[in-house]
Amino acid sequence: MKPFAYHQPDQIPDAAKLLTSIEDSKLVAGGMTLIPTLKQRLANPPALVDLSKLGSLKGITDDGATITIGAMTPHAVVAASKVVQAKIPGLAALASMIGDPAVRSRGTIGGSVANNDPAADYPAGVLGLGATVITSAREIAADKFFLGLFETALEPGEIITAIRFPVPLKAGYAKFKAPASRYALVGVFVAKITDGVRVAVTGAGPGVFRVPPMEAALSGNFDPSAIAAIKIDNDGLTSDIHAEADYRAHLVTVMAKRAVDAALS
Amino acid sequence: MGNVIGIGAAPKRKEDQRFLTGRGNYVSDIKRPGMTSGVFVRSPHGHAVLRGIDKSAALASPGVTAVLTGDDVADDGLGSLPCGWGITDAKGVPMKEPPFPMLAQDKVRFVGDMVAFVIAETPEQANAAAELLKVDYEVLPSVVGVLEAVRPDAPQLFDDVPNNICCDWELGDKAAVETAFKKAAHVAKLSLVNNRLIGNPMEPRAAIAEYEPGTDRFTLWTTSQFPHVVRFLMGALVLNIPQHKLRVVAPDVGGGFGVKQFHYGEEAVITWAAKRVRRPVKWVASRSEGYVSDRHGRDHVTEAELALDETGKFLAFRVNTLANMGGYLSTFGPNIPTNLYGPLLGGVYTTPAIYCNVKVVFTNTVPVDAYRGAGRPEATFVLERIVDVAASEMGIDRVEIRRRNMIPKEAYPYQTPVLVQYDSGDPMGCLDGALVAADVKNFGVRKAASASKGKFRGLGYSTYVEACGLAPSRFAGRLGARGGLYESATVRVHPTGQVTVMIGTHNHGQGHETTFAQIVSDKLGVAFENVDIVFGDTDRVQFGMGTYGSRSLVVGGAALSKATDKVIVKGKKIAAHLLEASEGDIQFEAGKFSVAGTDRIKTFEEIAGAAYVPHNYPLEVLEPGLEEQAYYDPVNFTYPGGCHIAEVEVDPETGTVTLVNYTAVDDVGTVINPMIVEGQLHGGIVQGVGQALFENAVYDEGSGQLLSGSLMDYCMPRADHLPMMKVATHSTLCTHTPMGVKGCGEVGTIGSPAAVINAVVDALSHLGVTHVDMPATPNRIWRLLQNASLPVAAE
Ligand SMILES: Cc1cc2nc3c(=O)[nH]c(=O)nc-3n(C[C@H](O)[C@H](O)[C@H](O)COP(=O)(O)OP(=O)(O)OC[C@H]3O[C@@H](n4cnc5c(N)ncnc54)[C@H](O)[C@@H]3O)c2cc1C
Repeated sequence: MKPFAYHQPDQIPDAAKLLTSIEDSKLVAGGMTLIPTLKQRLANPPALVDLSKLGSLKGITDDGATITIGAMTPHAVVAASKVVQAKIPGLAALASMIGDPAVRSRGTIGGSVANNDPAADYPAGVLGLGATVITSAREIAADKFFLGLFETALEPGEIITAIRFPVPLKAGYAKFKAPASRYALVGVFVAKITDGVRVAVTGAGPGVFRVPPMEAALSGNFDPSAIAAIKIDNDGLTSDIHAEADYRAHLVTVMAKRAVDAALS
Repeated sequence: MGNVIGIGAAPKRKEDQRFLTGRGNYVSDIKRPGMTSGVFVRSPHGHAVLRGIDKSAALASPGVTAVLTGDDVADDGLGSLPCGWGITDAKGVPMKEPPFPMLAQDKVRFVGDMVAFVIAETPEQANAAAELLKVDYEVLPSVVGVLEAVRPDAPQLFDDVPNNICCDWELGDKAAVETAFKKAAHVAKLSLVNNRLIGNPMEPRAAIAEYEPGTDRFTLWTTSQFPHVVRFLMGALVLNIPQHKLRVVAPDVGGGFGVKQFHYGEEAVITWAAKRVRRPVKWVASRSEGYVSDRHGRDHVTEAELALDETGKFLAFRVNTLANMGGYLSTFGPNIPTNLYGPLLGGVYTTPAIYCNVKVVFTNTVPVDAYRGAGRPEATFVLERIVDVAASEMGIDRVEIRRRNMIPKEAYPYQTPVLVQYDSGDPMGCLDGALVAADVKNFGVRKAASASKGKFRGLGYSTYVEACGLAPSRFAGRLGARGGLYESATVRVHPTGQVTVMIGTHNHGQGHETTFAQIVSDKLGVAFENVDIVFGDTDRVQFGMGTYGSRSLVVGGAALSKATDKVIVKGKKIAAHLLEASEGDIQFEAGKFSVAGTDRIKTFEEIAGAAYVPHNYPLEVLEPGLEEQAYYDPVNFTYPGGCHIAEVEVDPETGTVTLVNYTAVDDVGTVINPMIVEGQLHGGIVQGVGQALFENAVYDEGSGQLLSGSLMDYCMPRADHLPMMKVATHSTLCTHTPMGVKGCGEVGTIGSPAAVINAVVDALSHLGVTHVDMPATPNRIWRLLQNASLPVAAE
């Protein structure tokens, strides 16, 4: 790790100002992703802006038709939340499948979504539910937020403050864990909402993506059998030492079926 | 006063008090006055010419004390890292043994090869300076696989090692095997890969070295399984430091599994550097550094053929293996795939003729050496797999074919056609016990239950034997060992009757402090808590060859037993004097010396007191004091073995293999502490399951990059991968070790990979699957099912 300055502002505008005024400075939330990269000297920011004193970034609010989760809410809190369990059990289940207990108590939803790791779980939940990313500057629809491998629509200095999830009719998540890392080798989030079905896939490619043919089939018949024969194209999927692209493509169908099963149970 | 806790009891482990309360003393815990920090600069390339190193920017970096490179090593005239075994080919030609410089000279040969050592006031400063070192590489193509490395057009690692072949080794009667194959009713053939593994002990390697100019003495603290051997190899052969001027300490060590039983270049560089900078130097490896520098294990490609008669009797076995050595010869490297492999190919069977050829091959990968089991898991895997293949091809039940070929209990001692003679064993007894414990008779019911959930269930057997208790020195010497393999122990009885044992083996998780204390407590009748075991320090322990090859109890414990017996013999002499009886009439039992047939006794404490306050003492014929030492050189290997039965469930939709049941019935000879034996079996089995299902060190051909270089990519077995295991012992006593012990450190790792893979193949056999390479990952199983001869059953 190289030396860096450390700031712990208690107002969002102060945090945003620090971030824009110190070139190459970084936000730190749970630190589960950022700190290892610092320790390996892969990133060397001159300053870290810690979000942990920003009280307004914490907590879960039930707004009836939507649930809003503050950016600094750790995965373990989402997994254990009675509100999330009652209204979007698929999202609580997703949070409970992230990493291990230590990672779940430190890692945050904001950090995960901002980081947009191609194998992270939350991006599938956010895109699958058609959630809205609320930042210090604006609101961004999930469909416009995730731009590919570690890329998002966030502008420099922009801070995620919360994610607003619509309460679905049904939703489920199925994850095939990568054997070593336990990130998603393939994770599929399926949500039935008032105006249709959304299917979002993480782990399989360079970024989270939707599967329109599955969404169409499930809109007609929300049952695993409706998508059993739908195969996605291997092209553009990831091939690595853990899984080849055609195997990942196969798993997308299997996990999508299991996600529908989970949503129905 | 505590209690005697003897052989067969299961006390809580002595050493756990300090480990569980955070009071262990590991190398990285040690701080020395004026200590500096060192980091190694390692090659990012698999294969490159080292054209030059520009130190200037690194030297100018804040806090830097020194930057050392291969040129400095050469200037100081230091030796290269020695190999402890010199094997020869069939014609008696010695293996190719290119130098292994402690810092690379001229060329780098694997990603992680060390090119420089940077010393600074703090680790951060050393790291910062290391990044400024300018190393000029001319990158060459790498070759990482053995099949590729022996091709005529392959990149050559060394100018004088044609085709990268270090040695073309063989064992057995080739002609007899050929004759037997001609008469065979059936020949089973199998090609397989034994996957490369990385040991991953919990504690990464670390070292601190210090030089005292006043006495001209060096001290090296290192994460080692064999400090005396490091002192010898490094002092005598690399750094030219006389043995009496070098102290090597291996304090608490957090797991070894073989990874820490080699003399590493880091140890030599740090010790040498400490004198150059005249300050203590410390280095602690990161986990990532461990992946590219800890010696790897396994990595074979094998073709095997088993000849059988029409009844399924094995007539002959032929094995051709290419074994990966990595970029250089590590301490035991060439011994592992040869001497610890070929002689085990007889297994528990009466196969009359065996021939084995092993080509030991250099590649641009981390040097390969012993890893828990070392050679024997590889042999067991080949044999136990091909037995299943033969059974299936001949339509003979897998248990039945094993029974037909097993060495009967009465036939021991049994001479195999591949050098070794088994002293004792009862493979059939282990098999019978395991069949019951695994509830094999109801397997059909469980298989049907799995099938009703759309899952395939399979059962796999491994009836195996291994050779441990390394090693009879004379035998090892004939096979190419360059050192002895005995062990030593000193039993020091204090004037007040407590005992300190100095032993040459090391304890890094096995529970030896407990096991050895039980032996002493049992034999001397001294309270368990009044026995301390000292190890891991060349200044405190007389000598030792260390811990590996399941030798600590078998060889070290035997030395301890002998030394303890000598204490009793001397105690009897003192007692005879004090009790005014003849020595022959003195009995020793339960801590008391008595005159046979009388109630005249002297306690052990009284005898100890008399030995140190020799007022009434036979000084004319007996020296005062009560301390005895013994060296023990085993007369043979020991041959633990047993039967492992794995039961798996395969999800055909995802290819996931789940281990659902595991049973092991092992013959480990006398059990000193059943809890510790059980723990060793559990741990060993888990490591074998890891190899079978999860672990794989993968290199990129061409670039030589390690693709599985972190815990995110190299899958270690975890608790939730495993069922509750049933382990039991079915022991026959070793006929030649003092206590009848055989050792249990490696059996689990040796027996289990074949059991698991045989179960996976069994689960898929109805689809025409005849072999699955390790690790049986979901992707690999799914691919097999895609190509399988029958369609996968619909859900
Ligand atoms: C061992 C391990 C296992 C894991 N397994 C999984 C898994 O199975 N599934 C999974 O999805 N994830 C997994 N993770 C990642 C984990 O979920 C992290 O918590 C998450 O990726 C990052 O969250 P964080 O709060 O720790 O962010 P940090 O590490 O603090 O930050 C990550 C990045 O996001 C930026 N950032 C943080 N907060 C904000 C914000 N509010 N606005 C804008 N930018 C911000 C930071 O500047 C940084 O660039 C694992 C991590 C570890 C260490």
